[in-house]
Amino acid sequence: MEPAVHLRGAVALIGRFPALAGVDLDVAPGEVVLLRGPNGAGKTSLLRACAGLLPVVDGEAVVLGQDLRTDRVAVRQRVGLLGHRTALYDDLTVGDNVRFWTRSVGGDEKDGDAAMARLGLSGRLASVAVNRLSAGQRRRVALAVLIARRPQLWLLDEPHAGLDQPTRDEIDRIVGEAAAAGATVLVASHELDRAEALAARSVEIVGGHIDASGGTGPPREDVSRVP
Amino acid sequence: MFRDAALVAGKDLRIELRSRVAINQVLPLAVLLLVLFAFALDPDTGLLVRATPGLFWIATVLCGLLAVQRAFAVETADGVTDGLRLSALDTGGLFLGKAAAVALQLIVLQALLLAGVVVLYDAAPSGWLMLVVTCGTATAGIAAAGTLFGVLAAGVRVRETLLPLLLLPVLAPVLLAATRAFEAAFEGRSSEGWPWVGLLAAFALVYIVAGLFGFGALLEES
Amino acid sequence: MTSKFAVDLPISADQPSLAGPSGTGSGGTRVLGALTLVGIALVAFLAFVATPADSDMGDTVRLIYVHVPIVSVAYLGIVIATIGSIAFLWKRSEWWDLVASSSAEVSAVLMGLTLVVGMIWGKPTWGVYWVWDARLTSTLVLFLLLLGYQAVRRTSVDPWVRGKRSAIVGLLLLPNVLIVNRSVEWWRSLHQEPTLLRLDPTIEGLQLFTLVLAIGVTALMFVWLAVHRFRLAWLQDRVDRRLLVDAIEDRRSEVTV
Repeated sequence: MEPAVHLRGAVALIGRFPALAGVDLDVAPGEVVLLRGPNGAGKTSLLRACAGLLPVVDGEAVVLGQDLRTDRVAVRQRVGLLGHRTALYDDLTVGDNVRFWTRSVGGDEKDGDAAMARLGLSGRLASVAVNRLSAGQRRRVALAVLIARRPQLWLLDEPHAGLDQPTRDEIDRIVGEAAAAGATVLVASHELDRAEALAARSVEIVGGHIDASGGTGPPREDVSRVP
Repeated sequence: MFRDAALVAGKDLRIELRSRVAINQVLPLAVLLLVLFAFALDPDTGLLVRATPGLFWIATVLCGLLAVQRAFAVETADGVTDGLRLSALDTGGLFLGKAAAVALQLIVLQALLLAGVVVLYDAAPSGWLMLVVTCGTATAGIAAAGTLFGVLAAGVRVRETLLPLLLLPVLAPVLLAATRAFEAAFEGRSSEGWPWVGLLAAFALVYIVAGLFGFGALLEES
Repeated sequence: MTSKFAVDLPISADQPSLAGPSGTGSGGTRVLGALTLVGIALVAFLAFVATPADSDMGDTVRLIYVHVPIVSVAYLGIVIATIGSIAFLWKRSEWWDLVASSSAEVSAVLMGLTLVVGMIWGKPTWGVYWVWDARLTSTLVLFLLLLGYQAVRRTSVDPWVRGKRSAIVGLLLLPNVLIVNRSVEWWRSLHQEPTLLRLDPTIEGLQLFTLVLAIGVTALMFVWLAVHRFRLAWLQDRVDRRLLVDAIEDRRSEVTV
């Protein structure tokens, strides 16, 4: 079966800086993969490149059957990215944000409502402006926006960071449900024990580089490199 | 494309309604400009009344600049541009939507300014058709050029100073033409204003077309 | 399919050598430069010695042989920049991007010079440094537009992003020029210009020949300057790409202990 993500020697630039300097990665459809690595190693860049936001200038890069080197815009609607920044309009309410972003991908309002319900955002919270929410609540709204898109590829950049325990568990549950429904998930995280619960396998990126032998099997425990 | 434009314009206007930046800051600034002009050009000499068309358009252009900056400040906060890029929104529709929201705010502003000059400067405009048509075409041009250069500047760190440097020379002919058209209207010779309106329409057309095609490319690199 | 900017990236060891010229001169430009210098000398002789002074303006009319050619060639440069911008967006080749930006830059310099010469001419002739006539006013606005273009070029580092942004501003240059000229000319035609301020005295015969020759020579000078500017930018980009390969190596060896 065709891999959901296929990268060989992928190089991606941010300005002149080679954020990805040769990445080999294959992810089968429906797999959950944990992406580990020191800060600055390129985890965020890898996720953004897979989302079609970062141009890949060398090597092979095919995501969901779409060649990123010829047209990276086409793949964007089919992925969901949960980044460090929330991509929400501060002045609008939770409901407004979810509705806008759902409609911006041509989705149904019902999907947006269902996503909000799943994350406990219906009811009172739906009419609160985003700038009045805590960081954890904003992350939940961003996740709701992602779910409402019904993406085939989930790209989560440190989704647990800064959240309390119950919310982290909730996120794991949601990821589990998504994987069970057939979505492919790529999670970047420093949280190793979390990953054991979630991920089929882990992959490590260092210096913008993953070689073909990069990481199979359960997360190792000796990894704690800090630049 | 038009549905996307409506979605985006609606979103921008909803943000404005909630945050009230244009109402609380830009409109008072416009009134403030009128007052400052009066201090600079002593009302008693009759100079102020004669200069009214020009002052009106200077105030409009400057406030338009602010409206555009605000429109893009909203989009550069919090990684929202990523969200826009990941969406299926047609970039031409995105451009039209943002330009339309800016244009609407400018129309409201101009209505206020007209009231302002009638009251504060004792101006007595006539030729209302000419005035309205001029406002319409000039606003379309200002909003279109502003949105195009706004997205260009939004992707750059020194955006606050780059946008005026790019936009004001580009809008110089709009200021020129609109002022001449207003003068014609004020002085009761409206028919002489039509060539100027034609120029304004040509400008608006050039920038709407440029924006429809170029906005997407510029959004990529923010 | 190669990437949009054909960044020659061997991920393996070999680095691209910095082959090619180490300076921006060449046989062609030296000939061109020599021709231009000869042309300038000839024009200078004709302008300042051979042609008669104007009956009204005296010797200062000779500045027309500088003022008019410079502004004309500057406008030509804008046309080239616009064409280059459109070609870049169409063909996506760096060559066109550099043609557009080199032309725009040299045009900016020439526009600035036009304004200065205009002021130098104005003071002794009419007693004022500046008049809001159609040509000078348009030139001033266009000069500011070109400064904006330069500012845009300096904001990006990545050549593809820089090229795209400048190209969009660049292709709007020609429409802007047309709109500005039209509006300013209409504007100034509303006011009768006093005959004392007419900027273009009637010229014929030898004077006309000198003027045309001066335009030709200025065009040669423009080409010379633009070619050198182009090559400079080209070499700069080559150097930057070479540094990119080094950067990739450094990035990959970021392993920490």
